[in-house]
Amino acid sequence: MGTVNIDVAYVAHLARLKVTQEEVEAFGGQLDGVLRHIEALTRLDLAGIEPTAHAAPIHNVFRADQPRPSIPPSEALSNAPLAANDLFITPKIVE
Amino acid sequence: MNLALEPISTLRARLRGREICPRDILAAIRERVEELNLALNAYVHHDWDAAMAEADRADLSLPLGGIPVAIKDVISVRGQPCTCGSRILQGHVALYDATVIGNLRRSGAIPVGRLNMDEFAMGSSNENSFYGPCRNPWDTSRAPGGSSGGSAAAVAAGLAVAALGSDTGGSIRQPAAFCGCVGLKPTYGRVSRYGLVAFASSLDQIGPLTRTVEDAAIVLGAISGHDPADCTSVDTGVPDFAASLGGGVRGLRFGVPKEYFIPGMDPAVERAVRAAIDHLAHEGAEIVEISLPHTEHAIASYYIIAPAEASSNLARFDGVRYGHRAKDATDVIDCYAKTRQQGFGKEVKRRILLGTYVLSSGYYDAYYLRAQKVRTLMRRDFERAFETCDAILTPTAPSPAFKLGEKLDDPISMYLGDVFTIAVNMAGICGISLPCGFTGGAGARLPIGLQIIGKPFDEATILRVAHHYEQTTPWHRERPPL
Amino acid sequence: MSPMKTDYEPVIGLEVHCQVRTRSKMFCGCRTQFGEAPNALTCPVCLGHPGVLPVPNREAIVRTIQTGLLLSCDIDEFCKFDRKNYFYPDMPKNYQISQYDMPLCRGGGVTLDRFSFPKDAQDSPCAAARKRVRLTRIHLEEDVAKSTHFETTSGIDFNRAGTPLMEIVTEADIASPEEAFAFLTALRLMLVQAGVSDADMEKGQLRCDCNVSVRPRGQRAFGTKCEIKNMNSISGVRRALAYEIERQIEVLGAGGRITQETRRWDDGIGQTSTMRSKEEVHDYRYFPDPDLMPIKTSDGLLDEARTRLIELPIDRADRYTRAFEVTEYDASVLASDLDMALYFERASSGASNPKGIANYLLNDLLSALTSSGKVIADCPVRPEALRDLVSLIDGGKINSKQAKEVFKEMFETGAAPADIVKSRGLEQVSDTGAIEALARQAIDAHPGPAQDFLDGKASALNFLTGQVMKLSKGKANPKLASDIIERLLRSR
Ligand SMILES: [Mg+2]
Ligand SMILES: [Zn+2]
Repeated sequence: MGTVNIDVAYVAHLARLKVTQEEVEAFGGQLDGVLRHIEALTRLDLAGIEPTAHAAPIHNVFRADQPRPSIPPSEALSNAPLAANDLFITPKIVE
Repeated sequence: MNLALEPISTLRARLRGREICPRDILAAIRERVEELNLALNAYVHHDWDAAMAEADRADLSLPLGGIPVAIKDVISVRGQPCTCGSRILQGHVALYDATVIGNLRRSGAIPVGRLNMDEFAMGSSNENSFYGPCRNPWDTSRAPGGSSGGSAAAVAAGLAVAALGSDTGGSIRQPAAFCGCVGLKPTYGRVSRYGLVAFASSLDQIGPLTRTVEDAAIVLGAISGHDPADCTSVDTGVPDFAASLGGGVRGLRFGVPKEYFIPGMDPAVERAVRAAIDHLAHEGAEIVEISLPHTEHAIASYYIIAPAEASSNLARFDGVRYGHRAKDATDVIDCYAKTRQQGFGKEVKRRILLGTYVLSSGYYDAYYLRAQKVRTLMRRDFERAFETCDAILTPTAPSPAFKLGEKLDDPISMYLGDVFTIAVNMAGICGISLPCGFTGGAGARLPIGLQIIGKPFDEATILRVAHHYEQTTPWHRERPPL
Repeated sequence: MSPMKTDYEPVIGLEVHCQVRTRSKMFCGCRTQFGEAPNALTCPVCLGHPGVLPVPNREAIVRTIQTGLLLSCDIDEFCKFDRKNYFYPDMPKNYQISQYDMPLCRGGGVTLDRFSFPKDAQDSPCAAARKRVRLTRIHLEEDVAKSTHFETTSGIDFNRAGTPLMEIVTEADIASPEEAFAFLTALRLMLVQAGVSDADMEKGQLRCDCNVSVRPRGQRAFGTKCEIKNMNSISGVRRALAYEIERQIEVLGAGGRITQETRRWDDGIGQTSTMRSKEEVHDYRYFPDPDLMPIKTSDGLLDEARTRLIELPIDRADRYTRAFEVTEYDASVLASDLDMALYFERASSGASNPKGIANYLLNDLLSALTSSGKVIADCPVRPEALRDLVSLIDGGKINSKQAKEVFKEMFETGAAPADIVKSRGLEQVSDTGAIEALARQAIDAHPGPAQDFLDGKASALNFLTGQVMKLSKGKANPKLASDIIERLLRSR
């Protein structure tokens, strides 16, 4: 069983989580441990087995194209950390 | 008589007989909360005035008319905080009612308070809460289990008549076992998830925690049913669960999976569960040994699927539309990263990282897809088992409640504690945990849980079995020494 | 030394995002409306609040399948929704519900007809080639919110978030800015005619990303491509591509290298510029959305989409040229407007001269509509009346000058042409006896021109015919009059 050595900094960036160097090391060790435990799965022979994404085999669950009332902007914005002129305000988005 | 400790059927009869009014029940609960919550930390929020006002309007002719039901802090109730035990949702006030809350209200119940939990339902000890750990009423130095620790502790200690919890890998059943109450995880699709803040969407299910099996049946009946707002909700009839109790166990056949009695499990747990099996045999049930061969892969596949889904579900907590936002950010990307760094606790970060990793480029097939295939095998295990039995008997957890702090920095040993509950979520079937004994010897007496696993949408059978067991054993009459 | 443009050829692929025409959003009941106050069309679902769940809009799925059938795509029996995970403030959940490996439509294509090309390129050989641009796929996804940028902050309006979008992806089959223009024009026309999208570019209902590279002519391998993001006008796409192709050729010709990057087009200054040079790693972590159930197209969806199929504009135009002998150009103009096409088909049903009807429609009727600010759907002249007018002309009952008068009154009053002719006494005199009397009168009054005609001066006949018309106060059938004059002169 090899070591996994997860690239914590890369994964943390994907997940938009700022991590300190100590966290990189601590999480790295713990996650490697978990992943080594999980490794057992990669040795199972799963040829011809269909994946199960949903417990119940149902399909075509839709709604009709029927508009329903929206909520007032004041309510939409009521939990916003920062809002102005009925807009949610964020630090400047640079493309 | 302390109203806070009575079962729903008794309260209902007295309410309808006009001996008491809904306010009296709330007052009794409030009194106990004021007395005991400081020690237990089961509630993280309550608004008694709002609850009293709602109680005054309650229609007592309805099945749960005037009965308060306490709510885990992960289920949306309009106008109330919904923080999922996380700093990132501090101050957030829910804009809408979850479907289960609407269902409860329609059956006359009064949603009360917000119950402590592991942050975003990730944990088995309730230690991963921004509000600090909830404590086990049987021994406050021990964990109540998790993630619905607050729900189990509140119900067991009489701080609630009944509570709603959520169960993704055992989060209702394991704390019920640790706290000595009844906890039921319904079949996936039985209860709407609309308004349940998602941890792992394909595994999550809301269910009741109660002091009696009958109460579990009554609350389950009230919250169940097809919901057009949840595509994973299944359009199947809801039987009268409470009415189907009392059928006994004679003629039923129970499977006992050999994989569920593992080396290293607590001998007191094994003894109690074996005794419970013998008891049911004595009551006329037939016991057969069965095999669930893929049990050994349950934890590995669960710890791929659940974090993967969680990493995506928790992406929305970014401080733009609601919740906490870091103050000192330089730009939007920095704002995200700092907000999430400050807002999430360790265990949540660990699982987000794990889930992000297993979905990241090049790993999907090796991890997520394989785990979904293992899920198919686990489902087949149960299908095969249910060809020869009506329900399956197992321990709920390999040990009784452990000490707070005991496993905090050892995630793997914490994860391994979910070994008996996870398979039920992975297969999407139903399970109930109820008290089947106590640890002996020196120290506190700690409850032990028996898990009864049922066929898809066959909650009626496991409730019937649990009810018969409960009625023919003394365990449900024990109260924590508070 | 500047490189020869003709030494290189461009390779272009497009990704078109097109708003599906629905009344409510893709996964919630909020209305899809343009121009509302900020955040007035939101709810917990499209704001991505904790605990909400999506429920797909069936109509959006049927319309996407309908589009796929229209563009000859394959529709698989099973499709699903996936989550595309990436963080962006205009995405409420920080993942987009989209489709990854099982989209609603695969393959298919769009044929470029000559008149979809820009006017100045319609006579080029490539416009005549009827090239088919292949599609890779069409999938359904949700739109993001709109952000506005201020000095140090940005503001977000979630009204548009969750609007259903079809993403139509082409193969790298497009070989010039003009072909890109033609593709988008033809595609847009089909989407609008089929009713699957209003495709209003000013409202951002049709947006386009262009992938473009150049390579030395004859080389098989693709060059390094650049992506021009978020174009919202068809002529802008043409200009941007033309600029970008020239830029890339210049770089390569000077011995430089193209760096793969995302660029933006500034239509004002007519240049593309770098938007993101260092590409952010795209690791979208797609996985099947566990909140949504699989789609089985054979279970009702495909059948419903089939009942809504229309004739493609290009096929309709071909049918008009074939069956009605109208010119290719006229046919394409007629087919480009469904109301006009249906008007034309009603007017020409049972008509002996559909070509004449097409002419009258495209000239007189269209200009009358334009100057009165009307559209063909509320045209006061019924198609049957137009057919009657044209047959009055063809049958020699009125001449073209009279026809114009009759048409004017038809357009103003909606009256039938025959009634107008009668009430105005416009009926042409085709009575040979009456015309012959007038013809004799004219010949007798003008012996000079009569002799000129017999001496071989053909124009003298026109003069004499004019005299007969004058004597008849314009009512004589001019053709008949001239025939009779000629006969009388020759029989002398
Ligand atoms: Mg897209
Ligand atoms: Zn909405």
